[in-house]
Amino acid sequence: MSAWGAAAVQAVLVAAVAPLLIGFMRAVRARLEGRAGGRLVQPWRDLRKQLRKESIIPADAGVFFTAAPVVLLATSVLVAAAAPYLSTRGPLPGVADLIVVVGLLLLGAVALALAGLDTGTAFGGMGASREMTIAALVEPTLLLSVFALSTRSGSTDLGAIVAAGAADTAGAFTPASALAAAALAIATLAEAGRLPVDNPATHLELTMVHEAMVLEYSGRDLALVEWAAAMRLTILLGLLANLFIPWGVATSLHPLAIAVAVVVFVAKLAVLGGLLAAGEVFAAKLRLFRIPELLAGSFVLGLLAVITSAVLA
Amino acid sequence: MTEPHPVIPAATVVDITADRLAEQAGRLLAGGARLALVAAHHDTGTDPGAAAIRIVYLFTAGPPDQRTELHLRTRPDQPTVPSLAALSFPAGRFEREMHDLYGVQPENHPLPRRLVRHPHWPHGWHPMRADAGPRPPLAASEAFPFVTVQGPGVYEIPVGPVHAGLIEPGHFRFSVVGETILKLKARLWYVHKGIEKLFEGQPADQPVGLAERISGDSAVGHALAYSLAVEDALRWPVPPRAQLARAAVLELERLHNHVADIGAICNDVGYGIAHSHAQRIRETLLRLNHATTGHRLLRGAVFPGGARLHTVPDPTTIRTIAADIGEVVDIALRHTVVRDRLTGTAVLTQRQAADIGALGYVARASGLPTDARRAHPHTVLDALTIPVHTSGDVLARFLIRVEEIQASTAILTDLLTAIGPGTITSHPRPAVDRPACGVGIVEGWRGTITHRVEVQPDGTLTRAKIVDPSFFNWPALPVALADTIVPDFPLTNKSFNLSYAGNDL
Repeated sequence: MSAWGAAAVQAVLVAAVAPLLIGFMRAVRARLEGRAGGRLVQPWRDLRKQLRKESIIPADAGVFFTAAPVVLLATSVLVAAAAPYLSTRGPLPGVADLIVVVGLLLLGAVALALAGLDTGTAFGGMGASREMTIAALVEPTLLLSVFALSTRSGSTDLGAIVAAGAADTAGAFTPASALAAAALAIATLAEAGRLPVDNPATHLELTMVHEAMVLEYSGRDLALVEWAAAMRLTILLGLLANLFIPWGVATSLHPLAIAVAVVVFVAKLAVLGGLLAAGEVFAAKLRLFRIPELLAGSFVLGLLAVITSAVLA
Repeated sequence: MTEPHPVIPAATVVDITADRLAEQAGRLLAGGARLALVAAHHDTGTDPGAAAIRIVYLFTAGPPDQRTELHLRTRPDQPTVPSLAALSFPAGRFEREMHDLYGVQPENHPLPRRLVRHPHWPHGWHPMRADAGPRPPLAASEAFPFVTVQGPGVYEIPVGPVHAGLIEPGHFRFSVVGETILKLKARLWYVHKGIEKLFEGQPADQPVGLAERISGDSAVGHALAYSLAVEDALRWPVPPRAQLARAAVLELERLHNHVADIGAICNDVGYGIAHSHAQRIRETLLRLNHATTGHRLLRGAVFPGGARLHTVPDPTTIRTIAADIGEVVDIALRHTVVRDRLTGTAVLTQRQAADIGALGYVARASGLPTDARRAHPHTVLDALTIPVHTSGDVLARFLIRVEEIQASTAILTDLLTAIGPGTITSHPRPAVDRPACGVGIVEGWRGTITHRVEVQPDGTLTRAKIVDPSFFNWPALPVALADTIVPDFPLTNKSFNLSYAGNDL
């Protein structure tokens, strides 16, 4: 299998699994709360329904509003194809670079924030302002925490970092990686809009962050935004899984290795998603002004991880 | 139940002239009374001077239960009243309501703006007047200017009147710097249904079903206040056992509403598991309600002259449910984030609550021990305790509900052993030989509900005035929210949980 073929498999897999991950997390949460909950494929059904509906565009909205879903989805697909989820040998080594991946994720977030502002509604602007406050603290943490791992391989290429980890699994567990994993986990929660930073299940507009920005979307555009949001959660959880538990990732492009990698990747996602959903049952949403404290804490963890890895390396 | 059945005292009626109104009202308020109700009545009559608008000011105090009515006849050609807004904040709001619905002009009112009427209502048309006639066409468009807060970085967030979820209509305009609320203006009155007008002309013992639907979650509270008002007007004695049964269903109503609110407050801070369990417990209570009265929201249990229960719940069941919700509350309050979100959020000080005339758990969370079950009892409750907190924040309003669940459980444990199932009425409706009026005061789960009815000799209603505690408590919400952050508004709103339907009749 060519590197391009593996990248395509990766992108399709992430796109297909992302809504199922959301459905799985909702199901876990419902079970733990004593509710029956919906089916695993319900998010896919919702997407199918929304994709069939026309999009309503607010009268005052401009090009940012119409472009944002496409930009968001395109950045997500690109990261899903390039980053080392199944194989460490991606076709685009330049794109699988740490700084490029974080930059692509930020590009999607900024596109959505601009779209929120573009609607001219108070909720869109409010959500955009909150999202940017959070993003300003989250993106450096993402960079730092992965950067702490890059000292091991001497490269910021994510494929190289994962390959180094897969080659030396014992060396993957260091104090630095533990600190970095904690920092990246908190950053993932914030970036993906999960509790305790944002409540994806709320209907209260005034408390929303991510949902406030996308309130004006409908039909196909809403489907793209929701799909991309699910993919971003999968992307971040996948990175978390492969960077810190680098087992099962194919270091060759042999179809059997890729097939094994698919199974391992889905299993890792299920475990992490299940843990996240279970954790959310016990979590409550922080007061908005406490979120910077949490994120600053995660930034400090990331910084400590970098220092530790530099000192101990 | 060793104490005698309390006799509900009739109101002392004082006819008064406009120039002495402020002095009399001031004396009553200084004596510790509160203005419970102001109602206009459009008297029609063929005698010269009989057709005029008459205003009734009801002042209540207790214990001991005291009710004083000041009756003021306005000039037939030009109805005006001297404004009491300087003496009492609620009086100013009652006057604005009267102005919109009856065209009574308050003189020297500090804020003589419309209250009930939206601008698209026909001008000069006052629907509660006897000669109002059919409604003229509505205006096509309307303007509703809000006070614009100016300054660097101040922006407005308009919310509603259509909300996500099962929320009644209300428009909120936040003036905000960053995330901090500088000013909140609530615009309500989207659901004017003319309920008070619907009561008119009905036989006094009939429209209890209408009273139950004034605010769906307060079916018992309003049905009981209405029944007590009719019984007071007709001097209709009610068997003590019926009064006990009524007290029991009133506490059942308090239980299911407080349980729902506890879950909803937790849900608003993202603590969904407490909400799930509160809903489970509420469902248990609703099924118990259904078995007790034949209706999940306890309709049909209270009516003028008596009460009706299908079964009597087992006190053990109630205690089990109370222990269950107590456990959920313990788990929620041990969660540091939940506690942090509730503590110190949206404080309503005791002074503010007293000035606004706040009622119910809102008042009791701000250190005001008002409770109609003590001030205006319709039956003796030996086990009655009234929890009071002084911090006035969301946590206090949460804890008041928690403690009231335990207090209601104690009351129910006491009551349920003393009553049996069945319909308890002993007397047919008494006849009246002249126009009569009556007042009913009940501590509903949300606060003190006051009804006042007037009955003519053929037993039909000429007027029913309804005051839900939400009418008093709505102005407290913007006051508590000053300097609170925008994302805490839904939480604060839930901790007040005011009725839109009960406010806008």
